[in-house]
Amino acid sequence: MDLKDLYRDVILDHNKHPRNFGVLEGSDAHADGHNPLCGDRLTVSLRLTGDRISDIRFEGKGCAISTASASLMTEAVKGKDRAAVQALFERVHALLTDDAATADPALGKLAALSGVREFPARVKCASLCWHTLNAALESGDATVSTE
Amino acid sequence: MAAEPAHLRPPPLDVARVRADFPILATQVHGHPLVYLDSAASSQRPWPVIRAVEAYETHSHANVHRGVHALSQAATAAFEGARERVRRFVNAQSVREIIFTRGTTEAINLVAQSYARPRLRAGDEILISALEHHADIVPWQLVCEATGAVLKVAPINRRGELEFEAFERLLSPRTRLVGMAHVSNALGTVLPVKRIVEAAHAAGAVVLIDGAQAVPHLNVDLRALGADFYAFSAHKLYGPTGIGVLYGREALLEAMPPWQGGGDMIRTVSFEKSTWNELPYKFEAGTPNISGAVGLAAALDYIEGLGLPAIAAHEDALLKRATAELQALPDIELVGTAAHKASVLSFTMKGVHPHDLGTILDAEGVAIRTGHHCAMPVMTFFGIPATARASFACYNDEADIAALVKALRRAREVFG
Ligand SMILES: Cc1ncc(COP(=O)(O)O)c(C=O)c1O
Repeated sequence: MDLKDLYRDVILDHNKHPRNFGVLEGSDAHADGHNPLCGDRLTVSLRLTGDRISDIRFEGKGCAISTASASLMTEAVKGKDRAAVQALFERVHALLTDDAATADPALGKLAALSGVREFPARVKCASLCWHTLNAALESGDATVSTE
Repeated sequence: MAAEPAHLRPPPLDVARVRADFPILATQVHGHPLVYLDSAASSQRPWPVIRAVEAYETHSHANVHRGVHALSQAATAAFEGARERVRRFVNAQSVREIIFTRGTTEAINLVAQSYARPRLRAGDEILISALEHHADIVPWQLVCEATGAVLKVAPINRRGELEFEAFERLLSPRTRLVGMAHVSNALGTVLPVKRIVEAAHAAGAVVLIDGAQAVPHLNVDLRALGADFYAFSAHKLYGPTGIGVLYGREALLEAMPPWQGGGDMIRTVSFEKSTWNELPYKFEAGTPNISGAVGLAAALDYIEGLGLPAIAAHEDALLKRATAELQALPDIELVGTAAHKASVLSFTMKGVHPHDLGTILDAEGVAIRTGHHCAMPVMTFFGIPATARASFACYNDEADIAALVKALRRAREVFG
């Protein structure tokens, strides 16, 4: 178990300097995510142009894994349509949980999260933002919980 | 501790010998020797407890209170012997006042459902403190929902101490029940339970003390304390999980209806009407956790063998040492700095979420608890989502503190 696998430089950087952090004024959809185990909370708000996420922000208090994962996610999904976001979510999910997952070039910077699967207690931290994004896309206004 | 004359001071604990009693301490975690600093969540078990449970399972198991055969009598003797052991440990008047439950949580729920719920009316008040564990909040909320009673909360200060005068001001003729922790699991604060009991009784309220974090560390004398109900769990005092104790004053228990129905708790059953068994069996429906009770009794023997004063002095020294060492680290903020504390050190590290701290410490073999510690209102009060918490037991030593400090430095390195 190597901590450096979990806390890679990309993760530490996105934790310290989260991208797309804040609330999107006049958003078309938003959702709140909550991980009651560690008390993490985050809000994802987004603007849609047709089927495409034209802008996205997140806000909240969380551990480094959950903050960095959300920050990386916002960068990765901006400009993508629903189908592409869904496909990416599935790739991220495989990355976080499937020990047999091999390097997936489609993940780009998100591949930095691959160390999380060695730390099963932390998978929910990394996936919270994705579930929250999903909830926002599905209902436009929702709360999800990892428990 | 205040300086005591040498002849009154307990002989120091032989920690090396104590550690040898706990086989789990030989475990390696991620290539490091286990440093177990999470005893407030659940303590480990020493050989005498493990062996007592094994001996019971090997030689004495049968159901209790219902057979004439030899094993049933042996099991009943072991189970009732454990009850007497508990009575003696907490100095209750009678074994009729010692009810076995699954733990503290079930004990408090029993009082909520059987004592409070039938008695309380709209406008009555239940008074707790702002540092309670969820187990001493939610059962009362259920009672309030069912009866229209109101839950009142006595405040704490920034050190994590009960604001005693505010507590007294909240007591009124409407206060029917006071529920308070003896020791806070999130902050380590030792509450002035004797004064709390006296003030509550003066106001005519009945008092439940949540002793989950107290019994392993402090001498609890229930006759001296005078609380009406007192709850604790075996797994926090070197005993097994799934067994705990509700102490209740006999006159109160007598007047309370059963909580759960079934076998063991009845005297006679007919389809028209059943009659209840005597205390304490009225509150023990169904086959109990017999091996758990045996393990609990062995745990109490173990504690008494070491001597609670010696354990307390040892843990107090560790707490003071750890407090000083953590205060000397940059960026560590202690959460809970009461003048009177027991065995719990909660803290945060600037720029590092407690959850990340927990993972980094675990990678070094150091087990601490991170999160809200089932005390979300405490976290809200301090404006934080969570803390990291190290807690101490008889088997911890200075090497454990050194490992904690080293792991915290490592966390600082990782996060820069
Ligand atoms: C102060 C306090 N009360 C109640 C409980 C609940 O104990 P149990 O989970 O054993 O029922 C705990 C344990 O976490 C505690 O620390």
